[in-house]
Amino acid sequence: MNGAAPEGLPPWLEFFTFPSANVVYVLAGCVILGISAGLLGCFAFLRKRSLLGDALSHAALPGVCMAFMLTGTKEPLVVLSGAVVSCWMGSLAIEWIVKYTRCKEDSALGMVLSVFFGLGILLLTHIQKSGNAAQSGLDKFLFGQAASLVEKDVYLLGGLGLVLCAIVLVGYKELKIVSFDPDFARGLGLPVRAVEIALATMIVLAVCIGLQAVGVVLMAAMLVTPAAAARYWTDHLGRMLLLAVLFGAISGFIGAYVSYLSARMPTGPWMVVGVTSIFIVSFLVAPRRGALARVVRHRRFRRKTATENILRTLYKFGEAARDWHEPRSLGELLQHRDMPMGFLQRTVRRLEHEGLVSEESGGRFILTRAGIEAAERLTRLHRLWELYLMKKLEIAPDHVHDDAEEIEHILTPELEQRLMDELGDEGLDPHGQQIPAAAQEGQAR
Amino acid sequence: MTMDTFWILVIGSLVAASCSLVGCFLVLRRLSMLGDAISHAVLPGIVIAFMLTGSRNIVPMLVGAMAMGMLTAFLTDVLNRFGKLQSDAAMGVTFTWLFAIGVILVSKYTGTVDLDVDCVLYGEIVFAPLDTLTWGDYNLGPRAVWLTGAVSVFNLIFVLLGYKQLKICSFDPALAASIGINVAFWHYLLMGFVSLTTVASFESVGAILVVAMLIVPANTAYLLTDRLSHMLMISVIVGVLSALGGYALAAWVDGAIAGAMAVVSGGLYVLAALASPRHGVLPKFLRQRKQLVAPE
Repeated sequence: MNGAAPEGLPPWLEFFTFPSANVVYVLAGCVILGISAGLLGCFAFLRKRSLLGDALSHAALPGVCMAFMLTGTKEPLVVLSGAVVSCWMGSLAIEWIVKYTRCKEDSALGMVLSVFFGLGILLLTHIQKSGNAAQSGLDKFLFGQAASLVEKDVYLLGGLGLVLCAIVLVGYKELKIVSFDPDFARGLGLPVRAVEIALATMIVLAVCIGLQAVGVVLMAAMLVTPAAAARYWTDHLGRMLLLAVLFGAISGFIGAYVSYLSARMPTGPWMVVGVTSIFIVSFLVAPRRGALARVVRHRRFRRKTATENILRTLYKFGEAARDWHEPRSLGELLQHRDMPMGFLQRTVRRLEHEGLVSEESGGRFILTRAGIEAAERLTRLHRLWELYLMKKLEIAPDHVHDDAEEIEHILTPELEQRLMDELGDEGLDPHGQQIPAAAQEGQAR
Repeated sequence: MTMDTFWILVIGSLVAASCSLVGCFLVLRRLSMLGDAISHAVLPGIVIAFMLTGSRNIVPMLVGAMAMGMLTAFLTDVLNRFGKLQSDAAMGVTFTWLFAIGVILVSKYTGTVDLDVDCVLYGEIVFAPLDTLTWGDYNLGPRAVWLTGAVSVFNLIFVLLGYKQLKICSFDPALAASIGINVAFWHYLLMGFVSLTTVASFESVGAILVVAMLIVPANTAYLLTDRLSHMLMISVIVGVLSALGGYALAAWVDGAIAGAMAVVSGGLYVLAALASPRHGVLPKFLRQRKQLVAPE
């Protein structure tokens, strides 16, 4: 290795000493493209056009080939220009198909993607057969070849990346409004069409920045995945942009790093594997929107529901027998609540721990005073809701029970108060059962 | 016309026909990009099948590809429903990840895997006639002909036998569910056949140009008729025309036949978009002009 450190550092550490200029260029190029794609990918994501990047990155190929055929050179600026023109034509073609034919947007994307790409392949193979010696390396645009990045490439990519970031910063407000609510933006007098064109242009540029490093096929991933991962962590666009940029940069680093460690590992695919790993972690562990958080919330709600159902069952036993001090067995509870015995035991144990239930001799249970109060409130909510369904929504009395059985668990004190105000001093529910009075009156008993 | 030319045209036509049949249902169900996703994602399935068997025997590769195609549809579904991720992003994340894994596997085993990484994107149909199948002392002709021919027959049988279910699932999934059709079953079965078709066409036209054959003839037919049965027939015809025209264009330009096939199919689509009697742009324009002129 050129310029190896004197101590002969192992390769996985040697990378950080930037042993050659090429390492710096590859790393910089990958990080820049990760940042650009992450940034613009968020707007495509919000407009539900994540796959537009896929179509455009494929559509860039004929432009690259045409630029070469016209100029005989692979100058970065020439290649980039060809790619941009080609992407723009693809973008316009998609728009035209959707607007003027009965074909839908997904078909338009797929057709532009494959036909433009087919044209690119036709031109590429034509160039290869022409024996033009300068054409070697054009096929690197298919899968990307970050190792071929040189100083000139990095400066061009870096400059474009900076321009894209600057435009997003300056036009943040307009981009945000148009992305979330184009009609509202139009009502405000914003030039929605111009903003949309600018946005499309920036996405095209972001795609073209990445072609050489990642290639036409996987560039789609760099537009979609950082934004999708960022979305799990926040509801704020500003933070989403920052996270997507960070994820894009990290994946750029991963790609450059892995391909440095192993000569046969391509950069682009490892960038994609890196960013998808970030996505998977986000999908699983993000607070609120992550899968684990939702599983936990679901289990918590299930426990709450079970707890409240047992309270109400014990209350109904007491109400029917006019005796709040007669214990009930688990078997008796099971006759009224369909749940596994083990689950019931854990639920009753939890109620006991919370002081709402106490165990009498022989594994039988009784409501405590606090338990009676809690159960009373739940029963009141249940029966108020049944009454509301019957009187206000005119639902037949025999249809109201199941709905109330579900709603009682999520009614808030505010809703409770509104129900009581709405229904006045009704004493009986649709089934002729007494509706328990509010807590302050209950204490007098 | 030489024998090689004949075989190339046969293979191209069979690829086009098999893709067109299943492509119609992708288009009608607005799953065109899922066809694109599957055609990318079959790559790791093929490579893994190769690694496990050590040969390019077709059956393991077909099984691997079908499994990966169905996995793509399944993961997209999971991310969309359970992960609350919009469907286009779910698709994009899934297929690029699987494709990246496939490319890594190919790169890692370069030299041992008999797969040129470039062929992943564009197959070379010109060489297909050289790869022949033999049975004892008989030369049965190019392997690709038998493969794509078999898949064409399978697809035709699938469409004929499942026509009613596929039709209702495509036009009105809610009605299909209400009359007892297992919509998910037919969805994944269709995905399986798309995967089968994709991998069978893999060596001839490459993973991405399969997309052109899957959806461009179908969309062209969609512009020319309102009846599903006619759409299927027109789609196959357009596909075959694309194959034949593509060969001619490739010969003229001296480029890849698969790329030329895609370009010709695009050209046919543009023709239909402009000139179709009912849904074409020009006839609509003329009808509107006539209506504007009439009151005078």
